[in-house]
Amino acid sequence: MSMAAEERDARAPWALTAPALMLFVGVLLIPLAMTVMLSFHDWGQYKGIEPVFILKNWHEIATDPYYAEMFWRTFRIAILTTLLTALLGAPEAYILNRMSGRWKSFFLLIILGPLLISVVARTLGWALLFGGNNGLVNKLLMSLGVMRSPIPFMFTETGMVVALAHVMMPFMVLSVWAALQRLDPQIENAAMSLGAGPATIIRRIIMPQIMPGVLSGSIIVFSLSASAFATPAIIGGRRLKVAATLAYDEFLNTLNWPLGAAVATLLLVALVLIVVGSNALIERRYAEVFR
Amino acid sequence: MRRNGPLALIFHTIFVVVMVAPILVVCLVAFTPEGFLSLPTNGFSLRWFRTILNYPEFIHAFWVSLGLGALSSLVALLFAVPAALAIARYRFRGRDALAALFLSPLMIPHVVLGIAFLRFFTSAGLGGSFAALIIAHVIIVFPFALRLTLAAATGMDRTVEMAAVSLGANGWTLFRRVTLPLILPGVISGWALAFIQSFDDLTMTVFLAAPGTETLPVRMFLYIQDNIDPLVTSVSACVIAITMTALILLDRFYGLDRVLAGKGSDTGR
Repeated sequence: MSMAAEERDARAPWALTAPALMLFVGVLLIPLAMTVMLSFHDWGQYKGIEPVFILKNWHEIATDPYYAEMFWRTFRIAILTTLLTALLGAPEAYILNRMSGRWKSFFLLIILGPLLISVVARTLGWALLFGGNNGLVNKLLMSLGVMRSPIPFMFTETGMVVALAHVMMPFMVLSVWAALQRLDPQIENAAMSLGAGPATIIRRIIMPQIMPGVLSGSIIVFSLSASAFATPAIIGGRRLKVAATLAYDEFLNTLNWPLGAAVATLLLVALVLIVVGSNALIERRYAEVFR
Repeated sequence: MRRNGPLALIFHTIFVVVMVAPILVVCLVAFTPEGFLSLPTNGFSLRWFRTILNYPEFIHAFWVSLGLGALSSLVALLFAVPAALAIARYRFRGRDALAALFLSPLMIPHVVLGIAFLRFFTSAGLGGSFAALIIAHVIIVFPFALRLTLAAATGMDRTVEMAAVSLGANGWTLFRRVTLPLILPGVISGWALAFIQSFDDLTMTVFLAAPGTETLPVRMFLYIQDNIDPLVTSVSACVIAITMTALILLDRFYGLDRVLAGKGSDTGR
């Protein structure tokens, strides 16, 4: 290869990525930086946004217990949703993986398909199923004898967790499914031939091997649940606020943009720290699985 | 491999029923003949589907969503195809950082993106415009367009290109006659997946849409905030039908398992 061609080769990848890079710098990085800046601006009912540098909004979030409670509720809902999807999604992925070819792909389609169906439509489905104290879910649970009196699902955290778990479940099943694909079925047979019972096989052979899948699925579900908007807004109504719905309120109802920007910035920073931190932990703990 | 026992099959049945129930319920209620929400429904009627026609704001929102999805996915591909070719073929400094940047919209919460774009486009004097919606949607669908194109470009047989070069093809001809046809399945699937993502997005769009540029999910969301009646279920049923059609096409073209497996595994990274 001649010198000229080599030089052109070194420039080629940059020429090809330049348009996308400019797009991302201009329309993603700059707006994000502007949002962080906005959180330090002042705001007043009559004067609007004042481009000064103050810590007023951050001080308000740090000291007003309303925000602490709201962030704690957001993360509590995200944690419960993650636990629910892990407890139900991991066994389901395992069961799916043991099915024969045609059933496997059929049910995989049924379970993963909703991922691409509008979240508004799916949450509306839950709102219909919950529907007050005589909703279908309550009727079913009472007729099965699970509980005696109806429990409220609409406008409660319980309802939010159930609906969010449904929305996020495909991510968990997918993640555990991917881990199961790396698992050698012969190990299970070997354990059986050595006299291990089903419970021992699950506990000693299956669980350790799918754990990275469960954990990386948990990170996805947690970060998406903590920043979810549609489901908390529809199921939670106007009173039960989480971070995303509160930011929405500040921006489009109260019009206190700087405060909304501070809430959003804090959510973003918290999520990035949690996701990056737990990814690093998982990769260190399960280094041999990812190799 | 061992078979599933009866307990496992019972668990599986309940699991699948719960996964399908909310979607099924929306579609069932949409066919109610009653003037109010009723479950279970008695009778079957298309009344609420006809009612949609009396609500021009839903019809308009549908066209906005359709145009927005089609256009933003196309624009995203115009940027994503060259970027995917560069990332797939060259080892250069900053390659990993670039790939991470291009996939980052998957990791940034859409509520944060919505706020950032609202602030940005309002300062730029484009607040509430269709152009602003297009640019914002290009960013959020870009990772999906990039990923499927990247997969196609990585798996491509380079010897065909070399043959074309040895026969005198270069530059644009090489791309148009050889490279593009070879990666086309990935590009089309990338477009379809990007379209679905754009068509379904609520969280980011709700910050940007103004009366006149409201998309269908935004219109539905604002409607549900006020009241839930059979009308919004029939609109939802239509949305579900449209997504299903796109899904089936995607499955035929590319294989849904490949699309979804790619989608989930990187979302949290």
